[in-house]
Amino acid sequence: MTLALAVDFGLALLVLAVAGWTIAVRDTFAAVIGFVAYGLLLALIWVRLAAPDVALTEAAIGSGLTGLLLLGAAARLRAIETPATAPGTALRWVAGGLCVLVAAGLAALVLWLPDPAPTLAPMAVAHLPATGLGNPVTGVLVAYRAIDTLLEAVVLLPALIGVWSLASDRCWGGAPILRYPRQDGALTLLAQVLPPFGIILGIYLCWNGADEPGGAFQGGAVLAAMWALILLAGLADAPPVSRRWLRVLLVAGSAVFLAVGLAGIWIAEAFLAYPAGYAKPLILIIEVVLTLSVAVALGLLIAGPPAEDPT
Amino acid sequence: MMPEPSILLVLALVLPVAGLLLALVAGGRHAGRIALLLTPVGLAVAAAIAVGVVRADEALVYHLGGWAPPLGVALRADGLSAILLLTTAAIIGATGWFARAEFRPAPGQVEGRASLAFWTLLLALWGALNLVFLGNDLFTLFVALELLTFSAVPLVCLDGRAGTIEAALRYLLFALFGSVLYLLGVVLLYGAYGTLDIGLLSDLIQREPIALAAAALMTVGLLAKTALFPLHLWLPPAHAGAPAAASAVLSALVVKASLFLIVRLWFDVMPELMNPTAAQVLGALGAAAILFGGVLALRQARLKMLIAYSTVAQIGYLFLVFPLITRPESVPLAAADLGAELVAISVSTSAWSGGVLQAVSHAFAKAAMFLAAGLIAQRLGHDRIADLGGIGRALPITVLAFGLAGMSLMGLPPSGGFAAKWLLLMATIETGQWWWSLVILGGGLLTGGYLFRVLAPVLAGASEPVTLHAPVARYRELVVLALALCSVLLGFVRLGAFDLVQIGRLTTAGMGLP
Repeated sequence: MTLALAVDFGLALLVLAVAGWTIAVRDTFAAVIGFVAYGLLLALIWVRLAAPDVALTEAAIGSGLTGLLLLGAAARLRAIETPATAPGTALRWVAGGLCVLVAAGLAALVLWLPDPAPTLAPMAVAHLPATGLGNPVTGVLVAYRAIDTLLEAVVLLPALIGVWSLASDRCWGGAPILRYPRQDGALTLLAQVLPPFGIILGIYLCWNGADEPGGAFQGGAVLAAMWALILLAGLADAPPVSRRWLRVLLVAGSAVFLAVGLAGIWIAEAFLAYPAGYAKPLILIIEVVLTLSVAVALGLLIAGPPAEDPT
Repeated sequence: MMPEPSILLVLALVLPVAGLLLALVAGGRHAGRIALLLTPVGLAVAAAIAVGVVRADEALVYHLGGWAPPLGVALRADGLSAILLLTTAAIIGATGWFARAEFRPAPGQVEGRASLAFWTLLLALWGALNLVFLGNDLFTLFVALELLTFSAVPLVCLDGRAGTIEAALRYLLFALFGSVLYLLGVVLLYGAYGTLDIGLLSDLIQREPIALAAAALMTVGLLAKTALFPLHLWLPPAHAGAPAAASAVLSALVVKASLFLIVRLWFDVMPELMNPTAAQVLGALGAAAILFGGVLALRQARLKMLIAYSTVAQIGYLFLVFPLITRPESVPLAAADLGAELVAISVSTSAWSGGVLQAVSHAFAKAAMFLAAGLIAQRLGHDRIADLGGIGRALPITVLAFGLAGMSLMGLPPSGGFAAKWLLLMATIETGQWWWSLVILGGGLLTGGYLFRVLAPVLAGASEPVTLHAPVARYRELVVLALALCSVLLGFVRLGAFDLVQIGRLTTAGMGLP
């Protein structure tokens, strides 16, 4: 057995163990920590599968932001949580059996897939020079399949409005509150030390996305996590949701993307096409603004509905 | 340079999305104004697309970014897409006008919670629906489903009561379950064939386990979103709990979007895989929905719940199209036997046209009914069916509209619903599947029964004087009447639309062939 194979084998076992622990553990907080660790391990697996872009996304969004959301939910539930009444043995066996069945079915389907898998990757690389980009994944995201990325950025808006719509009418226009109820020295220290590094990492991921793994969503997610950390520690307050500048920041990414796309009808050959020679600078502008908008939207999604009476 | 007509497809997509961005920034009173200004433009664009499809006599296709599939993504509008785009724009526009009075910020208030959420979500919903009807790439269609889910679910709980939030949460869970299954199928198809473009995929796809598994996963996921029996549990509380304007859009349009994708999947992506057994199963679920939804609608005490169960039943009719297009035992047809081939084609066209007509006429009728129920609830302060007496005198136009829409649901001539059910009945006879005609007729009787339960007390008048609440603006009643009239008048235009629904879907013409 080669060393690489041994590492992979160990990683797979570890993921299974952490997954099992996350399900088995009774304390909600412990389960959330298990979930975060599970996400980070999955990210390592993606790295081993030579998919660094997926790994970054899994770490930033799947593990980081989702972990923060779950932590917030666990903190809110703690007040009303009663000792869980364990489901009956029969129900647990049925649920377990179904899970095994689904996992086995998926495994069978994956084994059924043709080998080597048909792929568009060579074609994506071959057309990359036309976009001036170095990372084919970014080529797929902002050139070949730009419509999907544009609309995924737009999806964040109804999702956020949905969260906001849960506010009470009295608090509409006010600010969300995401402050950890107890003043905690360790949390404050973390919120003072980590963000400078996190912000640099976020900017790096966005800037680097054109040629190396990274991009607007990963960079935005890291920035959002840093913002949420600062809010949690109470070092800053979230802005009221009625602020015009906040709304502008929220839509700026999609709006710039859409505007460049529409301009493409006249200055290039089609909607969402880039004019020859200007592709890379235009894509960089889109990525920068999109990173900001994604960061603001994700941060506000974590912060929750407005909870402060604006008057 | 004269632009290609296919640029209209981009416009149909960009218009609502740009409106959403603008409405969110402008906020306050402007959000509603932006939405109302855009709807007539959107309707004109949809009409222009329909004209373009008819003129070209084939589907309009636009390659986004100039990248041709499989690398790029194409938008495509055939006759069916054009009809559904038009229906969507008309119903969103009418609902918007209806909702104008309801969702404006309170006097002295700059911006209201429900008001901003309603208008921005309505625009997002419209954009999502247009993308569902135009997308020609399975992943882009997933993005459309996401946009649809996240704009539809919050509309359910705009009133902020605990009960509607619970209904919205259940809707969200069903919808996300559906999304996951759909995405899983998409992943399998890409893994097996290396493309997600519907046209290219249909050339590559073969009858093999992986394709069948993908089709099964995607179909079940989409059925959960369409609320086909027995996955309908989320629908009645969600559609009945939402504000009337939201209910109208959810019941008329949103459930049809996922159904449209099932149709795309079976008839466009994998026509060769269309299995008579699977078609019979879908038909049987549809039949169960018609009967079960009808019986439960009969037992409801509240008007909005009754209308919501009626949606469960009416969705069932749409699934009868699957067995009626693919015959249970495919009759072998010699290529030289021209007469037999013509029969096969006419078989598929009447079931197909009937299905499309049912979808569109139900959309108009159901929008009218939910809006009418909203006005009745506003005037009476409740929507208990037993105490509706006297409302006919207070809101005659609304009651007339409700009755006309009900006529279409029952399938009484000359309504659109009649023409639809007539075409479906013809198809049962042509394909020799008489058992489905029993379901269609039984469903019609049940529909008549539950509508009679509503109309009888309404027309009988009140035994004691009714206390009336807030008066209703006349123009809102007229909007409801216009929607109901559209549903009835569809019975007359069906011959003209007959050709349009066939454009761009050559595969369906051959569905009856082995």
